[in-house]
Amino acid sequence: MTHEIVISGFGGQGVLSMGKILAYSGIMEGKEVSWFPSYGPEQRGGTANVTVILSDKPISSPIVDKYDIAVVLNQPSLEKFEEKVKPGGSIIYDGYGIHNPPKRKDINVYKIDAMDEAVKMNNDKVFNMIVLGGLLKVAPVAQLENVMEGLKKSLPERYHNLLPMNKEAILRGMEIIRQENKAEINEN
Amino acid sequence: MSEEISLMKGNEAIAHAAIRYGVDGYFGYPITPQSEIIETLMEAAPWETTGMIVLQAESEVAAINMVYGGAASGKAVMTTSSSPGISLKQEGISYLAGTELPALIVNVQRGGPGLGTIQPSQSDYFQTVKGGGHGDYRLITLAPNSVQEMADFVELGFKLAFKYRNPAMILTDGAIGQMMEKVKLPEFRPRRTEQEIREQCPWAALGKTPDRKPNIHTSLELDPVIMEKNNERFQAKYREIEKNEVRYEKIQCEDAEYLFVAFGSAARICLKTIEMAREEGIKVGLLRPITLWPFPSEIIGQYADKVKGMLVVELNAGQMVEDVRLAVNGKVKVEHYGRLGGIVPTPDAVLGAFKEKVIE
Repeated sequence: MTHEIVISGFGGQGVLSMGKILAYSGIMEGKEVSWFPSYGPEQRGGTANVTVILSDKPISSPIVDKYDIAVVLNQPSLEKFEEKVKPGGSIIYDGYGIHNPPKRKDINVYKIDAMDEAVKMNNDKVFNMIVLGGLLKVAPVAQLENVMEGLKKSLPERYHNLLPMNKEAILRGMEIIRQENKAEINEN
Repeated sequence: MSEEISLMKGNEAIAHAAIRYGVDGYFGYPITPQSEIIETLMEAAPWETTGMIVLQAESEVAAINMVYGGAASGKAVMTTSSSPGISLKQEGISYLAGTELPALIVNVQRGGPGLGTIQPSQSDYFQTVKGGGHGDYRLITLAPNSVQEMADFVELGFKLAFKYRNPAMILTDGAIGQMMEKVKLPEFRPRRTEQEIREQCPWAALGKTPDRKPNIHTSLELDPVIMEKNNERFQAKYREIEKNEVRYEKIQCEDAEYLFVAFGSAARICLKTIEMAREEGIKVGLLRPITLWPFPSEIIGQYADKVKGMLVVELNAGQMVEDVRLAVNGKVKVEHYGRLGGIVPTPDAVLGAFKEKVIE
């Protein structure tokens, strides 16, 4: 089983680190992983995206053009990646960052109000962990304990006191994600 | 090998592998997309542990000349940069070759020419394997296609450089440098002691000693008769390297009716294209040169009799394709597909080009 996932938002939203935690979780799960960022003259407020591939077999290309899952956190990201989701694949979007939701009927559409939830939790820094929770609900690519191990690995030790808060955010994300469209696959 | 598996960028893997290999000195200057190499080294502060020197020079030219000096004294020294910075280093590389000194140079390529872009490219192939600097010299060139190979080729590069007293280059690009994968770093190996350098490198310039004549390194020789002799010695060494050090990987070549030839990140993309093509019943394999010089001409020539066509996929306008065409010597159709200036082709696009250009 291979999951080709793109996570995209604006710079500073924690897109790249969310991808890194996902990749580390995959390693803890015993999977092959790759993490390929859009690196460029990016700046806060600009777009940033990362392709994370998790697989049971060695990963051929870390660069792909069709995704099983796209996690989009702002409007430009949705516009860029909606058409690149494989038919029957999934898109996860944040209700705060995106006002014109996905239109495709041949993909699963999930909405997560992660920004609103982060505000409720009084901590906008856990935004990306709420989104990660939602992603893990849609695609259980790693068990929670392995995700927590992955998180531990990717956080410097001085931040390990923040692990419980991040776990809470992941669990919250798993709770609040909602499916808005079920993929209609035309078998013709 | 250490059992610890890490997730890191190709650039970071090079830095950690250099410390673990026991490199004596790193001299560099930051440039995207390879700045993580010097950043990782600075953060790791190996001067406090192994004694390795890490120095940000005032320019790329200064850095390669520091390498020149360190190499002359038998030290394991390296520099890294990206395309425009590597152009600046070419004079120093030619001097290293002309003085027969070992050193490791890493080029994390970006799109050119000129300052170009910071996105991945393979457009420095000609510069690396056909010269770059002046004079009849050759640069041992290793092309990693994964983060693991980025780590492994530091040791391999130094081993070959010291074995043949010749500079070696790791030719990679922004994609491999920036992406993260699983990696097993090599075991720590202590830096060589002065005594070991004295024994292993009798040519090293280590200051005046009473027991031998001083070693003097220079590429200058005003007598053309002697200079020709020097050149003949270099050439004999290059033939030796060509005989002994060709490295390549064959993937799904056994039953292949068609062949991709690609190196580095382009080879990774081709792997995915092969999966897609084989799902459609098209039997295609990949021959991946690991050493770009010495080039695996012989094995590619052998496939000329076995396959119906070859597609060379590169992140450039067609450079390695010339060496592939020389290797097959007209026996089979060899086409090229590439994207330019920092655009990375997708597996889909490679499949499309393959069907259009190669399949009968």
